[in-house]
Amino acid sequence: MGYRLGIDVGGTNTDAVLIDGRQQVVAKAKTPVTDDVISGIAAAAQDVLSRSGVAPDAITHAMLGTTQVTNAIIERRGLERVAILRLGAPATRAIPPLADWPEDIRTKVEGPTVILPGGVEYDGRPISPFDADAVRRFVSEALDQGIRAFAVTAVFSPVRNDDERRTMEIIESLAGERAHVSLSHEIGSVGLLERENATVLNAAVRTVAHDVISAFRNAMRALGIHAALYLAQNDGTLMSLDYARRYPILTVASGPTNSMRGAGFLSGLKDAVVIDVGGTSTDVGVLSGGFPRESSAAVEIGGVRTNFRMPDLISIGLGGGTMVRIVEEAGDAPHAIAIGPESVGSKVVERALVFGGETLTMTDVAVAKGMARLGDPDRVRVREGVIDKIFARAVGMAEEAVDRIKTRAGEVPAIVVGGGSIILPDRLAGISEVIRPPHYEVANAVGAAIAQVSGTVDRLFSLEQQKREEALQEAKHEAMDAAIKAGADPDRVEIIDIEEIPLAYLPGNAVRIKVKAAGSIKA
Amino acid sequence: MREIHERDLEFLSIGAAILGTGGGGDPLIGKLMAQSAIREEGPVILLDPEEVGDDMFVLPASMMGAPTVMIEKIPAGDEALHAFRAAEQRLGRRADATCPSESGGVNSMIPFVVAARARIPVIDGDGMGRAFPELQMETFHVYGLSGTPAILADEHGSIVMIDANDHYRLEWLARGVTIRMGGHAHIVDYPMSGADFKRTAVRGTISMGIAVGEAVKSAPRRGIHPVEAIAEATQQTIYGRAVRLFEGKVVDVVRRTEAGFAVGQAVLSGIGTDVGRVMEVRFQNENLAAILDGKVVASVPDLITLVDSETGFAITTERIRYGQRAVVIGIPTPEIMRTKEALDVWGPRAFGLQMDFVPLEVTYRSYYLQYGVPKEKEKYLR
Repeated sequence: MGYRLGIDVGGTNTDAVLIDGRQQVVAKAKTPVTDDVISGIAAAAQDVLSRSGVAPDAITHAMLGTTQVTNAIIERRGLERVAILRLGAPATRAIPPLADWPEDIRTKVEGPTVILPGGVEYDGRPISPFDADAVRRFVSEALDQGIRAFAVTAVFSPVRNDDERRTMEIIESLAGERAHVSLSHEIGSVGLLERENATVLNAAVRTVAHDVISAFRNAMRALGIHAALYLAQNDGTLMSLDYARRYPILTVASGPTNSMRGAGFLSGLKDAVVIDVGGTSTDVGVLSGGFPRESSAAVEIGGVRTNFRMPDLISIGLGGGTMVRIVEEAGDAPHAIAIGPESVGSKVVERALVFGGETLTMTDVAVAKGMARLGDPDRVRVREGVIDKIFARAVGMAEEAVDRIKTRAGEVPAIVVGGGSIILPDRLAGISEVIRPPHYEVANAVGAAIAQVSGTVDRLFSLEQQKREEALQEAKHEAMDAAIKAGADPDRVEIIDIEEIPLAYLPGNAVRIKVKAAGSIKA
Repeated sequence: MREIHERDLEFLSIGAAILGTGGGGDPLIGKLMAQSAIREEGPVILLDPEEVGDDMFVLPASMMGAPTVMIEKIPAGDEALHAFRAAEQRLGRRADATCPSESGGVNSMIPFVVAARARIPVIDGDGMGRAFPELQMETFHVYGLSGTPAILADEHGSIVMIDANDHYRLEWLARGVTIRMGGHAHIVDYPMSGADFKRTAVRGTISMGIAVGEAVKSAPRRGIHPVEAIAEATQQTIYGRAVRLFEGKVVDVVRRTEAGFAVGQAVLSGIGTDVGRVMEVRFQNENLAAILDGKVVASVPDLITLVDSETGFAITTERIRYGQRAVVIGIPTPEIMRTKEALDVWGPRAFGLQMDFVPLEVTYRSYYLQYGVPKEKEKYLR
């Protein structure tokens, strides 16, 4: 019987779970994030192997959810210089690439930049003829300057991507293995600047992603795990390591997606509010039909605007390690209290009062309230009224976040997960029932382990030879077949996205249909 | 007279979104275009209408078309300049200045792009004092200026010149050209003299947009609520002080497309001091009417804008969604937009609403008695 290993690297902990063919969690582990990250991954994986007694070669699939790419962007670390090609001239010249990037990241990433003819109108008609010679000249010069990363963005490439593909062929013919090319239509949707930004970021994080992927592969190999390896992406599906190497930016926001999908899986609910309490912050989101509800607003990563599909989340500075300050007032005046946003993070096991430390944290408050049995409760020497006040304030923060994220009036169930969730009570305003599923503290790693494999179709159909419904059916079938070929269980494949773009100018009543199908991995 | 720098446009993009009353297109693309032009060509002079000579030749500049196309096929940046040159050649005179047709949304920015490149000033005023969806919905039309010759330009340097005998026909023809130009186009229309501008324009709208944006942006640092900041920033303008109509959570949004417009309504359930009350906001691209517990409290052309209850940033009609917390604010329109001939073009009934326009100063009489109104609006308080 095959096992799946799910690993999630968060801000505070690295979590790992082992899931068997009957979809049961057989072992779990939680270790503090290490500076090199990868030794934490190895330690957590080793831990679940020892606890379960499962042989390494019984693991058929291993999935990693990681924030390292995101962190590299936020901290401006290990970023590569990128040659930026935009196709659409004479249009788009009014705003050059990277125009609204923060200066500190722009100077690290911006390489040779050009706006050349190409691209299409909203209906697929060309804006101006593609100029292969101009592309060739630009690419040669960039290569001469030692540039290896290329980002290519054509106007309306989500409608027609021919010019991006031709550019990639030219770059590959000139550079061979030396270069790697990021194409915008693979990465984002309509909204040129945001899509271009994401494409440039994708090109810039190549080295970082390469390191993560190699380290993951090496750690698994060292443990004797010869499974199929995957990285989790932001829509709750998996990427092969080869695909992840080409599109590492798609790992952004996989963390919240994993924990929400893990919460749904562990509780058996498809529609609920999910409250994920970590060491430093709490993310509140909505699970709708088993998938996170997506945000409609532009998403900034490290100050760069993108239009990724991200879960709609409200994050508040409340977690198990959140520091609480009490300001003693004179006389009978009430105590002023302040909750966070600072946190002791993974050091909670040393610095919290109950563990012999000197810092009052939310974990201490939960212990003093009798909600959790940890360490030495007597070390929390704060008057009871004050503890109640702090607790009420923290609950109020969570309740407000819940109220803001809810999509309909009335009470809904909430799934509470994450290592810090001991600080929340079993009753919350606006919530019909607080559900703490088994293994709630490693829901994110569970989410990675149950992430789905997908198949996509993206091509033109002529509605002269077939009806629209037939074309859609055909596309759906092809996408589902592709997902099954990638390893999805045929009984559990579902269509997760359909996009239909009419191309009015083309003869034959053409329409572009994009379908993505996804399903759980066949055990 | 003042110089407009990149930073001023940061503020204008926030303020113009509020003046956009839910529509007008996201100012972001326009802001980046104008900032790029200013970075390359230097700051732009903003002229007070009082500084405009009667015989100056003024060409308003704007964009028309689909905002969804604008965010993908970004302009080349010289379209308006090409349209200017064509208009100048036809009319036999160089433009001395430009101005916005529409101060709400993306079109607040377009004049700065052409002004930087042509090295001419922008005049502080426009033809709407807000955002409206069609070319005849301008004070320039209402007060008798000719919209033609109107020149449309695309990124290839193509120019289409339209002469039409009325402005509804102009709108119809220009809309068709815009589609052929790829979904959006730049337009230079209503060529006018400085005297025409001073007689027909809504004055001070750009400086007000900048002031409102700056007030919202600096509100957290000053420790005041952004809605209060908007009220303060509008107090001394020809509009008069903004009024908070309602604070609530969006509990329902209905949106459908009718003849190319986004038509529908949002329903908000009250929070804070508005608990137990319900506000309905009707829109057609822009917000048209605010109805509190069944009673109309604000209507077009007064400005009705939903702003985020924490940041004070405007929420556009396409971005309204369930669960958002918003403050609905009203800003009274200047008198020049409330005459009989103006209301015939953009009063509630021009949008198919079965209601008469009631000025905010009448509905919120005690508020305006407390804070005061511009002199020409004192008639509402008598």
